[in-house]
Amino acid sequence: MTQTIAEIKNPALSIRDLSIAYDKNYAVKNVTVDIKKNTVTAIMGPSGCGKSTLLRALNRMHELYENITTEGKVLLHEENIYDMSTIKLRRQMGMVFQRPNPFPTMSIFDNVIAGYKLNGNSLKKKEKDEIVERSLRDVALWDEVKDSLHKKGTFLSGGQQQRLCIARALAFGPEIILMDEPTSALDPIATSKVEDLLVKLKEHYTIILVTHNMSQAARISDYSLFMYLGELVEYGKTKNMFTNPKDPRTEQYLTGKFG
Amino acid sequence: MVFSLVGGAIPSFKAFGLKFIVSGDWDPTEGREVYGALPFIAGTLLTSFAALLISLPLSFSTSLFLGEYYKGTRVARILGMLVDLLAGIPSIVYGLWGFYVLRPLMIDLGFGGQGFGIFTASLILAIMIIPYATSLSNEIIAMVPNDLKEAAYSLGATRLEVIQTVTIPTARSGIVAGYILSFGRALGETMAVTMLIGNTNRVPDSFFGTGNTMASVIANQFGEADGLKLSSLIAIGLLLFLITGIVNGVGKLIIKKMT
Repeated sequence: MTQTIAEIKNPALSIRDLSIAYDKNYAVKNVTVDIKKNTVTAIMGPSGCGKSTLLRALNRMHELYENITTEGKVLLHEENIYDMSTIKLRRQMGMVFQRPNPFPTMSIFDNVIAGYKLNGNSLKKKEKDEIVERSLRDVALWDEVKDSLHKKGTFLSGGQQQRLCIARALAFGPEIILMDEPTSALDPIATSKVEDLLVKLKEHYTIILVTHNMSQAARISDYSLFMYLGELVEYGKTKNMFTNPKDPRTEQYLTGKFG
Repeated sequence: MVFSLVGGAIPSFKAFGLKFIVSGDWDPTEGREVYGALPFIAGTLLTSFAALLISLPLSFSTSLFLGEYYKGTRVARILGMLVDLLAGIPSIVYGLWGFYVLRPLMIDLGFGGQGFGIFTASLILAIMIIPYATSLSNEIIAMVPNDLKEAAYSLGATRLEVIQTVTIPTARSGIVAGYILSFGRALGETMAVTMLIGNTNRVPDSFFGTGNTMASVIANQFGEADGLKLSSLIAIGLLLFLITGIVNGVGKLIIKKMT
């Protein structure tokens, strides 16, 4: 197996020999990667290459469904996430999904604050207001929704809903944000807004982004991971990978020969 | 059907006016015939409400079990089949079981008299509506989209918190509609209730005392009725028709709005 580990000091997350199998079929095979802090790292690859499975393994979302075995380690601050409680882990790992999924029964305000509510933290009204305003400003949604905070989140446009979902993931102050093709259900204008946002957010957060869109990875990511059939084929600075791929499979994928 | 019901009920409404609905007298003695539907309306509503309350914890927990905890597993399929089987048992069989098993049990437990009464009838009704309430709300609980639940998990929620803050609120109106439809079934249920309620034509004075329902009184007395009495029975039928019609209409409307 070709494996290129970029030299990274003080990684935000260290994935070590991670393998994930559904019913003994390996979807992710022996992946070892260090993720650099305050960067956007893109996971690319053709459909079925295991990129979503890898991402979902990072906040242990893959464990919700049965018949999954996980081998290897993922270290967050030297601690293996598979030994942590999922509740503690998921507070440090925000997640944004493919389709915008604000809670339909909650207002915009309650959606942003949902993480606190779900964990039973009671906050004073002032604290709540602050968190909601800060999170919505972070995703550049505040000016658009500040007069309708108590309307249902589902009345917003798709792009706005997705930014609301990002705000919901940010509200808890996670270190890492996992994004599973966050713009695949959005139109080009909403997509570019979300992309601009990600570039801005990496000042404070580490972003791991699954994308099937190569130009998106080229536009906004600092590091890229190319996966094929569950294997990590190549990992390095996005710039280098796109201009000078080391593995022939990466080159073929990037030049559109398969995928 | 509506025409014949209305036509048949006219003499009774002519004789008693609105007093027919609010009067508690039911006296078929020739010469001073007085008919009022209140005992039966009260009995019907009382048994149906009580049945709804009794069935609620059982059917609700079963539907959570089937639609959430064990969704898609063999245990759920088998249990679901058993629950559906309950719906297929003829009313008269429930009545017999109630008469020979439940009624003696009531006597042993000291609920007075012969074991007949509102409470006994409510119990049998509760068992009869469990399959309807369960399968309707189970379907709606299972329909709550996975990505909403995952969003809540990703915020660090436990399974119970996900159920409380996402699954139940999202499915709420459907669940309510399921219970309204079950209530509608309880209102019109005749045979099993007739065998267990005691059939006394007065406004029930106690929950454990005997009474009568609209459906039962019609079943018991239509054979020997003529003239004003027959017309009064038809009027009761018309009222029952209206009540169940409204209840079912409301329930179906809510379900339609949901999907």
